[in-house]
Amino acid sequence: MSPFSGLTLGVVVTYLSLIVALPLAALVWQSTKSGDTGFWQSLTSPEAVSALKLTLLASLAVALVNAIAGTVIAWVLVRDEFPGKGVVNALIDLPFALPTIVAGLTMLALYGPRSPLGIDVAYTRTAIVLALLFVTLPFVVRTVQPVLQELDRELEEAAESLGASDWQTFWHIVFPNLLPGILSGVALAFAKAVGEFGSVVIITGNIPFKTEVSSVYIFGQIESGNTSGAAAASVVLLAISFGVLLLIGAFRRWATRHHA
Amino acid sequence: MGIHVEGVTKRFGSFTALNEVSLDVQQGSLTALLGPSGSGKSTLLRVIAGLERPDAGRVTISGEDATGVAPRKRGVGFVFQHYAAFKHMTVRGNIAFGLKIRKRPRAEVRARVDELLALVQLQPFADRYPSQLSGGQRQRMALARALAVEPKVLLLDEPFGALDTRVRGELREWLHRLHDEVRVTTVFVTHDQEEAMALADQIAVLHDGRIEQVGSPRDLYDQPQTPFVMSFVGAAAQLGERWVRQHDLDLRLEPTAGALEARVERIARLGFEARVELQLAGSGTVWAQMTCAELNRLELERGDTVWVLADRARVFAESS
Ligand SMILES: Nc1ncnc2c1ncn2[C@@H]1O[C@H](COP(=O)(O)OP(=O)(O)O)[C@@H](O)[C@H]1O
Ligand SMILES: [Mg+2]
Repeated sequence: MSPFSGLTLGVVVTYLSLIVALPLAALVWQSTKSGDTGFWQSLTSPEAVSALKLTLLASLAVALVNAIAGTVIAWVLVRDEFPGKGVVNALIDLPFALPTIVAGLTMLALYGPRSPLGIDVAYTRTAIVLALLFVTLPFVVRTVQPVLQELDRELEEAAESLGASDWQTFWHIVFPNLLPGILSGVALAFAKAVGEFGSVVIITGNIPFKTEVSSVYIFGQIESGNTSGAAAASVVLLAISFGVLLLIGAFRRWATRHHA
Repeated sequence: MGIHVEGVTKRFGSFTALNEVSLDVQQGSLTALLGPSGSGKSTLLRVIAGLERPDAGRVTISGEDATGVAPRKRGVGFVFQHYAAFKHMTVRGNIAFGLKIRKRPRAEVRARVDELLALVQLQPFADRYPSQLSGGQRQRMALARALAVEPKVLLLDEPFGALDTRVRGELREWLHRLHDEVRVTTVFVTHDQEEAMALADQIAVLHDGRIEQVGSPRDLYDQPQTPFVMSFVGAAAQLGERWVRQHDLDLRLEPTAGALEARVERIARLGFEARVELQLAGSGTVWAQMTCAELNRLELERGDTVWVLADRARVFAESS
């Protein structure tokens, strides 16, 4: 290790402490303020549990859809030529530029009671998934795209000359190379979906036990003055998300164990 | 039989990479495509493999028209300059790939892979990943992978191009022995005339998307048809209209009938061989090649005047 990297490590640790670790610690501390019983009560209330379940299931579904749709979109953007490709490519990042509350309003206008498309999914779980899909679109696309661009075409040609069909070449050669990128994107999309508030708060109607997600539940707790309950629910949400992210990370490391 | 290429033209946009190329490769032979960088060697090899679609012309492999046939159905083994190793598979997995795709029984795959591992001397490395191999080992793995499916023809694109000189030499010898053993029709691309001469039965010299000449190493050296072939296959010097091998330049210390007067500009001793740069009295410079013993006998010094005889010079027809 050079002295420079020692210095860099120090800076990184300090930075991460200030930006990430400290707020998280404060959150945990806040959650314990109401004592052990308060903590458990806010966690095990049926409404909290239902919201948590919905959040995790919807986020997993969204992560899965993104894994496939994001990969396909990245593939088309890298491998296909079509008019307007530059515009489509720029469009991908727009869900990030839009305030999520505006995204929610737009979704409501489009898929709500006055839908010009005749699709009314407002205040249903489908609406949650749609809103989450919108705000998480860029992750997998943007993690897979550069990998695909850099992927040596000769690998595919080698597979082809060895007798592999297009699908076999994709499955045995291309996909294992994309997998780490897909997993990174999926992890990001999952994390974003778990914490998403703005785009879901309007379109879901926030019906407890039906369409209320954790972030909205937590907001409700804060509104009604139960900050430590809100903090407790957040801590659990974070802990589970962290567990999922660790799992994805471990899988990613396993998938890249032999890459030079 | 073998490979038959007829009138193949390949354009990339407005650029013509191959211009009406025709070539016959005998069954079981070892043929080199030789030419400078950008002359179209890889493109021709890729057209034979089906990885590029020609704009005109036909390719026949083992008597069957392959022009419109997909690469995976051509029965060709292709080896890339940069190995194209499947880095997420072990050496064994790489070699087995083509057999697994063909859904051969496990026991058969295993036996065949073991056989190939022995052939390319990679048994100790069977369970390693490509990232744990040297360049030469990776290239042998790529070769075994291509041979595993028992291709009708083996195509190698600058197979030793990315390796250092010593490993290059070893692999070259090894490929020669392998070819003697396996006898599969082989075409390899190289820009190194020495490599082509050392390995091939037949050499096709490419230049600007055309084949300049096809022949045995000896033919090309002794009977070059164009100035390009003459200067690319062995060093040549130009004296006005005449072309001569550098080692056929005969230096005299006395004025001689039919000899050109020249001044010694530079002397380079390369061990066994020496090069002498000559400024011709007319115009232009040429290099003369001789043994160091010869150079010592002449006792040449920089600035000396000599007379250059080129009795074995050739004159080529205007067309090229
Ligand atoms: N896919 C391609 N697109 C455009 N030009 C190409 C392509 N492949 C090859 N070329 C051009 O064709 C010429 C011959 O290329 P290549 O066959 O690779 O030459 P060599 O292998 O003899 O160095 C080069 O000028 C190269 O730039
Ligand atoms: Mg080439």
